[in-house]
Formats: sequence, structure tokens, C-alpha cells
Amino acid sequence: EKTKVSFFSKITRAVAGKSKVDDDVLDNLEEVLVSSDVGVDTTLKIIERIEARVARDKYVGTDELNSILRDEITFMLTENQSTDVEDFTVAGDKKPYVIMVVGVNGVGKTTTIGKLAYQFKQNGMSVYLGAADTFRAAAVEQLDIWGQRVGVPVVKQKMGSDPASVAFDAVSSAKAHNADVVIIDTAGRLHNKVNLMNELTKIKNVMGKIVPDAPHEVLLILDGSTGQNAFEQAKQFTAATEVTGLVITKLDGTAKGGVVLGISDQFKIPVRYIGLGEQMEDLQVFRRKEFVDSLFGE
Amino acid sequence: MFENLSDRLERSFKILKGQGKITEINVAETLKDVRRALLDADVNYKTAKEFTEKVKEKALGQDVLNAVKPEQMMVKIVHDELAILMGGTASDINIKGNPAVILMSGLQGSGKTTFSGKLANMLKSKRGKSPLLVAGDVYRPAAIEQLKVLGEQIGVPVYSEEDNKNPVKIAKNAIQYARQYGRDLVIIDTAGRLAIDQQMMDEIESIKNAINPQEILFVVDAMTGQDAVNTAKEFNDRLNFNGVVLTKLDGDTRGGAALSIRSVVDKPIKFVGTGEKLDAIDVFHPERMADRILGMGDVVTLVEKA
Ligand SMILES: Nc1nc2c(ncn2[C@@H]2O[C@H](COP(=O)(O)OP(=O)(O)OP(=O)(O)O)[C@@H](O)[C@H]2O)c(=O)[nH]1
Ligand SMILES: Nc1nc2c(ncn2[C@@H]2O[C@H](COP(=O)(O)OP(=O)(O)OP(=O)(O)O)[C@@H](O)[C@H]2O)c(=O)[nH]1
Ligand SMILES: [Mg+2]
Ligand SMILES: [Mg+2]
Repeated sequence: EKTKVSFFSKITRAVAGKSKVDDDVLDNLEEVLVSSDVGVDTTLKIIERIEARVARDKYVGTDELNSILRDEITFMLTENQSTDVEDFTVAGDKKPYVIMVVGVNGVGKTTTIGKLAYQFKQNGMSVYLGAADTFRAAAVEQLDIWGQRVGVPVVKQKMGSDPASVAFDAVSSAKAHNADVVIIDTAGRLHNKVNLMNELTKIKNVMGKIVPDAPHEVLLILDGSTGQNAFEQAKQFTAATEVTGLVITKLDGTAKGGVVLGISDQFKIPVRYIGLGEQMEDLQVFRRKEFVDSLFGE
Repeated sequence: MFENLSDRLERSFKILKGQGKITEINVAETLKDVRRALLDADVNYKTAKEFTEKVKEKALGQDVLNAVKPEQMMVKIVHDELAILMGGTASDINIKGNPAVILMSGLQGSGKTTFSGKLANMLKSKRGKSPLLVAGDVYRPAAIEQLKVLGEQIGVPVYSEEDNKNPVKIAKNAIQYARQYGRDLVIIDTAGRLAIDQQMMDEIESIKNAINPQEILFVVDAMTGQDAVNTAKEFNDRLNFNGVVLTKLDGDTRGGAALSIRSVVDKPIKFVGTGEKLDAIDVFHPERMADRILGMGDVVTLVEKA
């Protein structure tokens, strides 16, 4: 697991020289959590639960803190998450299975699509990609290169063309070729730009004309080093496209993935995948237990 | 997500009004509000703590009774302190030298390539420079193509070597090329890299050492969270960069990373990016940034009205 500085080592430092969970320890814990981008609300929630436990059990040693924390964090993730997806698979009864990828600028949408295509293909599925970012310089070429790398077709039009029309073409092609999965790339957009968010809704709606219920999945990509703005991103993109799953990228950085906790606590959207690098293989299915283990450095 | 800080400050100062002076005890709640606002804005935990301490010192003993609007006095203290911290000495970009060389650095997706285009455009049209953009990212798919498209949009030539995977050599060759063809400004785009990626950090240090640029800019996404300080510190330790560029400020992020970075590496924020188009560049305004971090519109006019 590549998630770098673990919670555990930081908590160990936070409680050094203490035997009992007291205000000092809780202050240090607050620092650890906030410094990991968990967010003030979720941090306070965790601390309150621990305080309640301390009040109930009278004496809580610092050695127990880890297991209590682990329980609380697992609970927080479980509370809002349906079952984990097992592998890079999709519902077999929907063909083609349509995935739309959205997010703010530069978070890793296009790269994640390349990685996903690779994994699906590894699992024996046929994949189509749709280059519906017709705005950003060389966005189509970038997806095209990923398509070549992985060996899957990319449906594209020229720069500046209507992204909804590209999405329509891509889903049509995928259907005509009886593909298993089609993944639609979209241009990065900040969630406070109303016109661009409306455009996204339009891209989403057009796909349903070819495959009923499409898109079956809308993945919101969040950069793992993003701070509290991630919450607003989750909120606004959900409003525009009914996001069904999250991908947290760049967790190979120093980011400790605290944003996963905060988001899981505040939204009912499951984390599907995590990005751990720039290569084709650097994408993993998000598994709660493994993630919690990695936070605690195991 | 949270109510306006100035409203909260105003509310907590209702209590102060009756008490004459700001004291350690009566200011505690207010400072907590300030600290919370800073954390919500992604100001680093330690930076926020130090900052509220500083504000406390400034505020203690201030005469509340004689102030027309004491709550706004507190807002002013907080705001001014922020602006001072982020401002300081003039921070123009150094484009002396022929050619002057500017090197971009930063994490993946922070906006380096786009900003290279914006800067070339600005220095060309406002300072009469003849820039050369250099494609020093040999890794990202279509990175060279991206820079070429931007160059075309602003009428600036792009130097690239399709088959060369060595950015140090590309950078050196590009400067040679600039001399030969009379380009007096060289802007080198580089691949995004993580601060913990030793190999990639070695690479950019080698580029620096090989070409000795006038100006190294660290490009950072304004939405970055608590880790901004570590990243900035590690890039600065390696490169001793000259300034910071804060991108994607057209979003609704508070941008507290600006304050954290400034207080940790003490390098000026020189420019901000405010959109995807190539004219969406501005110089950094500490006052506006202070307002933004506190989430309170235009405080300056608010205080002036008081
Ligand atoms: N270290 C690391 N880098 C990543 C990861 N995912 C993506 N990147 C890098 O982040 C940068 C941006 O990725 P893109 O896939 O172009 O992001 P995007 O969201 O499509 O960007 P726009 O289309 O411009 O909005 C590239 O340099 C990627 O190589 C990851 O998990 N880890
Ligand atoms: N809204 C907005 N988007 C921006 C701004 N600056 C850059 N972007 C967008 O952010 C995304 C990433 O920008 P790039 O310039 O490709 O970033 P980079 O640092 O070169 O990325 P890598 O080379 O992959 O590390 C693109 O979609 C840009 O259009 C800005 O100020 N505002
Ligand atoms: Mg993209
Ligand atoms: Mg780039």
C-alpha cells in the first residue's frame, strides 16, 4: 500500500509519553485528523465519540486509543458505504455498461479512464472510450494515447465540437460493436460555473437516448491532496449528474487520504477506486479494511 | 457550510461591548471562531494556531469602548494581519538577462502548462518580450502537443524534441536555440512531480543546476489542503524557488494554502490563475486574498464604512 505517512505513526507521536487519554491527547488527535484533511466537523465528531467512551469507561489508556479510533473510522466508512465492489467488474446485464467521468480541472480524470480501461480489458471485457473533452488543449490526443497504450478504441471528433455529440457517438459505437463497457471523458470544470455544469447534465442526458438508464455509473474524481473544497465538489457534481461513485487520485503523494473519511462521513457516495500513480496499473479497487489498515500503517 | 465569519465575529463582540477592553478571557470565543474559519479555509493547522496567537496579542488591551464599532475593529485586526503576512516586499518577476529563463515546477495537474502559456502571453503583450516556450515534460501523454496548441493560440513558438527523453538536455538546447533565434525569454514547462518522488525531484534539481534560471516558479492549486505546506517546503528545499503561482482561483475555494505556504517558505505569491483561458492571469492581491480566506466579501470597504 502506497498511502504514505500513516495515521498510526502520527498518532503514536501524538500520544508519546502519555498513558491516559486526556485533553492533551485529544488535542493532539485533533491536530492529526485536521492535518490529514478530515475536516473540522468530522474531526469533532470522532473526538466526541472518543470523549463519550472515555466518560463511560472512566479510564482509557493510550494503547487502546488506536483500536477505538480504528473502530470509529471503520464504522464511519461502513455507515455510508454499500458493499465494496469486488474487482474491476461491472454489472453484466447492462450492455454496454456506460460510465461517465467528471471532476474539476486536473484531478486525474483522463488518466483514471486509461487505468480503468486497462483493468477492464485485463478482466476480459471489451472497452470503448469517448473523448468528450473537446475543450482543453490536446485533451483528445491525451485520451487517444491512453487508448493506444491499452489497446482500446477511442471515439472522437475534432476540438471544439459538441461534447454531448461525442458522448452520443461513443455510446452508439460501443453499442453497435457489442462492447461491454464504454467510458466517457469530460472536460475539467469548476463546480461553481453554472453553464459548464449544465453542459454536463446535457452530456449525461443524451446517453440515455441510446442505452436506457445510461450512464449506469457517474464517477466523480477527487484529487487526494484537495482540502475542504472537495465537499463542495461532491455536492455540486452530485446535483448536476447524480454521482454514483468516487475515485480519489494521487494518494501516492504525501496526502494521507483523510479526505476519504470526511467525504464518507458527509456524503452517501461510496469510494470505488483509488489512484496511486501515473502508470496504467496504478489504480486499485477501494477496500475499506485495507484502507483502514493502511491508515494505521499495517 | 459555515456562516459568514464577520457575522460570527459580530455576534461574539456583542458580549465584548459591555466589557470595555479586550481581555484574554472575553476574546477566547472569538479567536476560536477565527481559527475555525482558517481551518475551514484549509489554512494549515499549525499556521492557524500561530496566527490566532498573533491576533490575540494585537487585540489584547485594545479599547473597545471608544471604538465606534468594536466588532469591526476585530475584523480589521484579523484581516490586516492576514494581508501583512501574505504581502510584504514587492514581488515582480525577474526577466532581466538575454534570454531570461523561467522554470516551472509543481505537482501533477496544478496548472504548470496552462500557466506557462499565460505568462508567455502576458510578457509578450505587456512587456514586449519575445518568448520561447519549452516542452520539458517528456512523460505525460500529449504534454508536448498541449503546449504546442497553447503556443499557437498566443503566437509564441514552442521548442520541443520529440525523441529526447532527457529534459535537462532539452532545456539546455532550448536556451541555445533562443540565443540563436533572438528569443529573449525562455519559459520551461516541466512534468508534474510529487515532492516525495526522489528521482523526479533530482531531475528538476538537475535542470535548475544546468541552466541556472533567473526565476523558478512553484505552481500550486488553490484547492490544496493541509499538505500544501509539506509540498511547498520540499520543493523549496530542493529548488529555492523565487515565487509561487496560485491557480484555479476562479473556483469557490477559500485558498488558505496561500497563507500556509507564505508563512512556511516565506516566498512571495506572484501570480494567480483565474480561468482556463490564456488571459486569465493576474498579479497577486494580498488584501483580496485575506478577504477570501476569511470568507467575507470585501472587508476593506466594510471597515472603511465603520
Ligand atoms: N502521482 C499521481 N499522479 C496522477 C494520478 N492520477 C493522475 N495523475 C497525474 O495528474 C495529472 C493530471 O491528470 P489528468 O488525467 O490529465 O487529469 P484530468 O482530470 O483529466 O485533467 P483535465 O482534463 O485537464 O481537467 C497528470 O500529470 C497525471 O499523470 C495519481 O493517482 N497519482
Ligand atoms: N478553472 C481553471 N482551470 C485551470 C487554471 N489553470 C489551469 N487550469 C486547468 O487545470 C487543468 C490542468 O492544467 P495543466 O496546465 O495541464 O496542469 P499541469 O500542472 O501542466 O499538469 P501536469 O503536466 O499533468 O502536471 C487543465 O484542465 C487546465 O485547463 C485556472 O486558473 N483556472
Ligand atoms: Mg482530462
Ligand atoms: Mg503539464
